[in-house]
Amino acid sequence: MNEKIYAIPDFGISNPITFNPDICIGCNKCMEVCQVDIFIPNVEKKKPPLVLFPAECWYCGCCVNECPKPGAIKLNPPLMNRVYWKRKNKNVG
Amino acid sequence: MHEQLFIKLEWPYPVKWNLEKEASTDILILGGGIAGCWAAIAAAKKGAKVILVEKGSTIRSGAGGSGCDHWESAATNPCSRVTPEELAVAMIKDHYGYNNGISHYIECREGYDRLIDLEKMGGKIRDLDDEFKNAEFRDEKTKFLFAYDYENKFTLRVWGTTFKPALYKECKRLGVEIYDRVMATSLLTEGGKQGARVVGATGVHGRTGEFFIFKAKATVLCMARPTRVWLFSPALPGISEFRPLQCNGDGHAMAWKAGVEFTLMEKSIKGQWSGERSYPPYGTGNTHNTWYACNMVDANGKEIPWIDRDGNILTNISQRYYPAPGQKFFLKGGGESDFHLYDFQGPDTFPVEQLLEKGFKLPFYADLPSMPELERKAIWGLMVGQEGKSKIPILQSYSDEGFNPNDDLLQSYGEGWTSASFLPRERQLFGLPGGILNDWKLRTNIEGLFAAGDQLFAADCNGHAAATGYYAGRHAADYAINASESAINYQQVTSERTRIYSLVDRINGFGWKEFNMHISRIMQNYCGEIKSDDLLNIGLKLLEDMEQNEAPKLYARNPHELIRSLEVLNILTNAKIIIHACLARKASSKYLHFIRSDYPEIDPPEWYEFITIKLMNNNVKVSEKDIEYYGSLKDNYEIVNKEYINRRNT
Repeated sequence: MNEKIYAIPDFGISNPITFNPDICIGCNKCMEVCQVDIFIPNVEKKKPPLVLFPAECWYCGCCVNECPKPGAIKLNPPLMNRVYWKRKNKNVG
Repeated sequence: MHEQLFIKLEWPYPVKWNLEKEASTDILILGGGIAGCWAAIAAAKKGAKVILVEKGSTIRSGAGGSGCDHWESAATNPCSRVTPEELAVAMIKDHYGYNNGISHYIECREGYDRLIDLEKMGGKIRDLDDEFKNAEFRDEKTKFLFAYDYENKFTLRVWGTTFKPALYKECKRLGVEIYDRVMATSLLTEGGKQGARVVGATGVHGRTGEFFIFKAKATVLCMARPTRVWLFSPALPGISEFRPLQCNGDGHAMAWKAGVEFTLMEKSIKGQWSGERSYPPYGTGNTHNTWYACNMVDANGKEIPWIDRDGNILTNISQRYYPAPGQKFFLKGGGESDFHLYDFQGPDTFPVEQLLEKGFKLPFYADLPSMPELERKAIWGLMVGQEGKSKIPILQSYSDEGFNPNDDLLQSYGEGWTSASFLPRERQLFGLPGGILNDWKLRTNIEGLFAAGDQLFAADCNGHAAATGYYAGRHAADYAINASESAINYQQVTSERTRIYSLVDRINGFGWKEFNMHISRIMQNYCGEIKSDDLLNIGLKLLEDMEQNEAPKLYARNPHELIRSLEVLNILTNAKIIIHACLARKASSKYLHFIRSDYPEIDPPEWYEFITIKLMNNNVKVSEKDIEYYGSLKDNYEIVNKEYINRRNT
């Protein structure tokens, strides 16, 4: 119980959250608002958090909603959840 | 993926396996979702000292944390043309009596009061910006927007993404002591005895692993309903179910072990939402709920007709929002239960099978472009946007990808309107499922223990969680004023500590996902659509084997995994509760979606009652409860809420 504890990722099959490191200021607000706690802070200050448990993401988007820097964080719905629509009166997707 | 980034990355938080913290309070709220926050607010307003324990992050936690697009059953709002009694009775009848008369009457009677409270806290409940000026669904004086039944106006369209942060702020303002990232793990009882007064709870921190002992005069259970019992996705566990991953029914499991009485736990329905077989909720073309009453077209652009409850074709869109000739009001626009009672049935399209017979071609599409402008904006922009999990994943993501509600047709999936195609054995607790049996003060059968929101049987929406949360918090505070000091049994605490930390001592064994997958396989095989004593008993035996043989091998490599592993142990307990409940009802029931091959008669009258189960000396005790045990709704409510009524009237 007293041995060193490691941050072991759980990647699953998805990549729900991506950051733009040029915009992200590393404030960790996304991390603090996530109820599933899928993020951990970056070892480097002012850098984007790490998504340690992407498989556990519920895709609620609260992290994106909370972000103070537009474009710093993006939610990527799983591919198989992509929905089809078409322009009315035209057959284009 | 860049696994190498994480190799030998140290756990970023201080690990405190060996530390414990003890805190004492008047009222302990377990679960910081909608119900929990409201319970905390009510108790704090009464002057009680309140501790709130939340596994996630209270500011957005719970099934309703990310948003809410409509507030149901606001029967006391100034525009409503139905009384709380009429509405609650309709809700009970619509489920053939298998409903929580008490909690839904509370919702009908006090739900609107909570909305007004929310507005004072900073939540948005009116169209103050006049975005929908002169819309048919807008009341120009109050600026309220209504949904579904525009004649009777008891459901409001709201800006629910503003609600949870407002509730969080109010909890802080009132001095509620919030323990975020702490999972409640067990209830503590007087003398450590099952069925004795609840005197607190234990918890563990999901980042540090620190142990908590909470001592309280009264405790309110406000956690989620059981999930991940039949449905589990090892690849995408976060969307195994409609509700968030960590809303998995810890409260049910700990209550069961403490001796709390449950009912309707035998009811489960074929999966409807989320998981790998589903598309994002509210994100596909349909006509229900958030999307009521959107135009639909078939593959060739042919408009799909709407009908009233008598099968008469409705000739214009406006008619979809009004009761049929001779009908006083209708309940939320169709499709909520499979057995809509004629009295309260709302407008709907023809059923999909009939549409196919009539020559309509799949796939169908939601035709937002042909909706009147304000109705279109109410669906896409207000409701899709304010509903939970819809603002970023649907409204923003689809818009970024080029979806335009003025031009585009959004496809419908699954069996017609639903966004999923589950198998009959892939079940979930949905559509007023089972839970804790309550009395008129929202007390459980155990002294000092109250319940609210999704922990109650036949619970559903945000308004129900809010109204019952506030109500339970208020009554718990009243109880605590006269309650004696509680005493913790430290032997019980020690045994819980041992149970928890044994998981982190293990190296080899099973991870939580394998464990969860096994539970869901057992439940699909032995507690699926068709049930019998033989099947259920095998299922129960396999679950008990898991408990004895595999559970002691479940491991956790860090505090986060410890939470996940403790969750699946609770899921195992919840699966057992469900099987016990299924064994106890020896009759099939259409209304409970409950098929017994060994008792095939459907809804025999002698079984028209609530069957309750609880543990007594670790044995399952089955009892019966009259289907109308709550008695006169109005009279019984008014007997126990005199102070609230007087305050409201002054």
